[in-house]
Amino acid sequence: MISLLLILFSALFFNGIIGRVKSISAGRKGPGIMQPVFDVCRLFRKGTVYSEVTGPVFKMAPAVYLASVLIACLCVPFGSKGGLISFNGDFVFFAYALALGKFFCIIGALDTGSSFEGMGASREATYSMLAEPAFFLILGSLALMSGHTSFQEIFANLHPSSPMSWALAVCAAYVFLVLAMVENSRMPVDDPKTHLELTMIHEVMVLDNSGIDLGLIFVTGYLKFAMYAALIADLFIGSLPIAIGIPVFLGVQVACAVVIGLNESFTARFRMNHNPQFIFTLACIALLSIFGVMLMSGKLV
Amino acid sequence: MKDILSSLFPQALTGLSLWFMAIFTIVFACGAIYGAGYMKHYSGRPLRNTLHWIWYVVAYVSMMLLCVVDNSIAFLVSWEIMALSSFFLVIYESEKPDTIKAGINFFIQSHISVVLLTAGFMMIAAKTGTYSFEAIPRYCTHNNGMAAFLLLFAGFAVKAGFVPFHTWLPYAHPAAPAHISGVMSGVIIKIGIFGILRMISLFSIDYVTAGAIILAVSAISGLYGVMMAILQHNLKKLLAYHSIENIGIIGMGIGLGCIGAGTCNTMLATLGFAGALLHTLNHALFKSVLFFCSGNVYHGTHTLDIESLGGLAKKMPWTAALFLIASIAICGLPPMNGFISEFLIYSGLFGWMQGAEPGVTTGAVFSILALVMIGGLAILCFTKAFGIIFLGSPRKEIEAHEMPASRIVPLVIEAVIMLSIGICPGVYAKLAGSALSCLPFAGITKLTATANLGYVGFASLVFLLLACIIYVAKSRRNSKRQVSEGPTWGCGYTQGTPRIQYTATSFVKTYVQLFSFLLGTRKHQEIPTEIYPVSGHFESESYDKIESGLIDKPLTAYHRFTDIFSFLQNGKMQFYMLYGIVFIILTLVLTIIFC
Repeated sequence: MISLLLILFSALFFNGIIGRVKSISAGRKGPGIMQPVFDVCRLFRKGTVYSEVTGPVFKMAPAVYLASVLIACLCVPFGSKGGLISFNGDFVFFAYALALGKFFCIIGALDTGSSFEGMGASREATYSMLAEPAFFLILGSLALMSGHTSFQEIFANLHPSSPMSWALAVCAAYVFLVLAMVENSRMPVDDPKTHLELTMIHEVMVLDNSGIDLGLIFVTGYLKFAMYAALIADLFIGSLPIAIGIPVFLGVQVACAVVIGLNESFTARFRMNHNPQFIFTLACIALLSIFGVMLMSGKLV
Repeated sequence: MKDILSSLFPQALTGLSLWFMAIFTIVFACGAIYGAGYMKHYSGRPLRNTLHWIWYVVAYVSMMLLCVVDNSIAFLVSWEIMALSSFFLVIYESEKPDTIKAGINFFIQSHISVVLLTAGFMMIAAKTGTYSFEAIPRYCTHNNGMAAFLLLFAGFAVKAGFVPFHTWLPYAHPAAPAHISGVMSGVIIKIGIFGILRMISLFSIDYVTAGAIILAVSAISGLYGVMMAILQHNLKKLLAYHSIENIGIIGMGIGLGCIGAGTCNTMLATLGFAGALLHTLNHALFKSVLFFCSGNVYHGTHTLDIESLGGLAKKMPWTAALFLIASIAICGLPPMNGFISEFLIYSGLFGWMQGAEPGVTTGAVFSILALVMIGGLAILCFTKAFGIIFLGSPRKEIEAHEMPASRIVPLVIEAVIMLSIGICPGVYAKLAGSALSCLPFAGITKLTATANLGYVGFASLVFLLLACIIYVAKSRRNSKRQVSEGPTWGCGYTQGTPRIQYTATSFVKTYVQLFSFLLGTRKHQEIPTEIYPVSGHFESESYDKIESGLIDKPLTAYHRFTDIFSFLQNGKMQFYMLYGIVFIILTLVLTIIFC
């Protein structure tokens, strides 16, 4: 419960902080931290325009997309305190629920019959296929390290005292952070502020969404960031008491947002055909970390 | 008479047989209702239709017999009846050359399977002197049963469609009528899975080695099946390759279960075998729905070419909805049934990974990797299939209309069962319990203790409710605001036609480029070289590299070899008589010399 509340709370600020960091490093005045929330509120008040080509799938897609991320948030624990949904193998459910959201997002884009959105859908489907192994492998290495297969038990049994745990936590944090960036189509995979549809991934998929539909998609994006940052925070909270855990949680959220903001300020987007390599690097890091854990625990060979 | 019967049939049916008989009956029944509607399009030829339905019943009965018999001779006879009747079911439209070609391909490959099975059973009979299945455990105590088991496994693998024995599937399924493809892919290939499980329950061999072999073959089948499926433009061929993928997933469960049995790890054995059994049921349901939908698309539009379809969801809303539900299920996504069986296999793999034996973890890691890749690729494949066929606007001027209720209702029934498995998996796991207890080291009590299926079902239900609540809330809010319609945003380009939509080929282009080293693509192109525009064309088609390497190339080499002797067949009667005389003289001379 506490993790859900904290994720909802930090989702309010996450994209605002990214925007703030970007504007400060660019020397602009920039919008306030709450601007993304205001944007969503404005979209919720607006009317909606639907394309004549679209059907029920297009209208269902944003709802399923948001529901998928919400249910995934329910699985995320707060250190050793389990999420609302917690069972052995809950991270498989987590990943597959997110995949259903993506499935609907992709077919929602195809429903418009626009070639630009088809292009975005194709890229999203291919890239998420490449990103999925990284998540499972890094969770696999965490499971191997802790000897458990649910989020809660994994995080409760990661002993932050051993150097191996720290090394693994850092690897996992990197993988989760880059996964969040890939899933939300941020730099260096995609540039959310680009004005050329040909170079977009996620943005081009939602070109035809407007009003409340677009608002829901924005909310989903904010939640997704906060959710991945919460997973990173969990790596370090472990079994700390709540009084220390909450500041650590919020600190990690802010740190993630700042890193993403700085990264967006100082790097350029990759060429589209370099993206698969970059995304697959994540799976390689995860594979290396799982072999590292096996080596340390004498399970290799 | 009574003695013969009692030697053929066991005194009591095992849970394993009952589980498979239930699956076969559900799909055959739905297939019959659907097929009755489907065959109305061919009502002009009553004789052939009567024969067709006779073969349908014969196929069903032979499948039931296969589940029941307890004697390898009776098993082989029923197997042959099943193979022949399904051959006749496939070649229903025998006036088409492609159908006959696919049918004969299927016929030959089913008999390769018969040869392998016969050899395997004979190995056992030669040592034990009896053809009864009861002899198999006895055989294993005195001999190493591995060779016989692997022969039988290969025989069953041909029927089930494991790579590299899969090459008949992508031809037979598109050639058959839709209800036959649904039944074939849904249950007839599952008789191979039944055979493998039945043999595992009888043989006592080195389960770890057998399991590792099955796991490796299955992981490759799964990956190869889905990778080839993505490339297909014929809807039925795409689905046929997905059968190979799903057989791979089932096989991974079986392999995992065997490894669990070999290491006396009841948790692993239970999760693996339960995953395999449930996925058999799940695949039978969603694959038959998908094939039935493809039949609806075929009769609604008269084409199965994905590239020329589009926007069918508006004209065929029921078919579209059912195809979507089945697509979600086949991708293994919650809240549908496919997720449950994949979840069980994942749980088994993650549990196996924690095992103490060295080397085990590496196997588990690569199996997990394979299963994850299969899932991701399946999503790519079915977003393509559903998105291009049913969404957007029509790519060509094609008349389309929805099918009558007889071709929707059986699908709805299956879809309801699918959803119920997704939401109350515990109930179905209990049903699979007696089947599980036939397999070594597996039992239902262990499953309910370790797999916490209740939570999974609950989480799926919450997910479903959450999506509904958000959707209803959104629609209610929208009803108070201004909602208008307009053209799709063309990014400034206003003269768009349906032809500029993204096609199936362009949707998977990035994937094809990434994996081009594994996939075979032939290009036929004529590039304009003149300064002034002249006509040119470009065409690319994918082919199955395993098929061309394993079947086509050896066949061409064989033909080239036999062509050397073609001068013997010159069509002149005198020469043939000469051959006869030479033969007789040779026989006489050789007998005299050697006797």
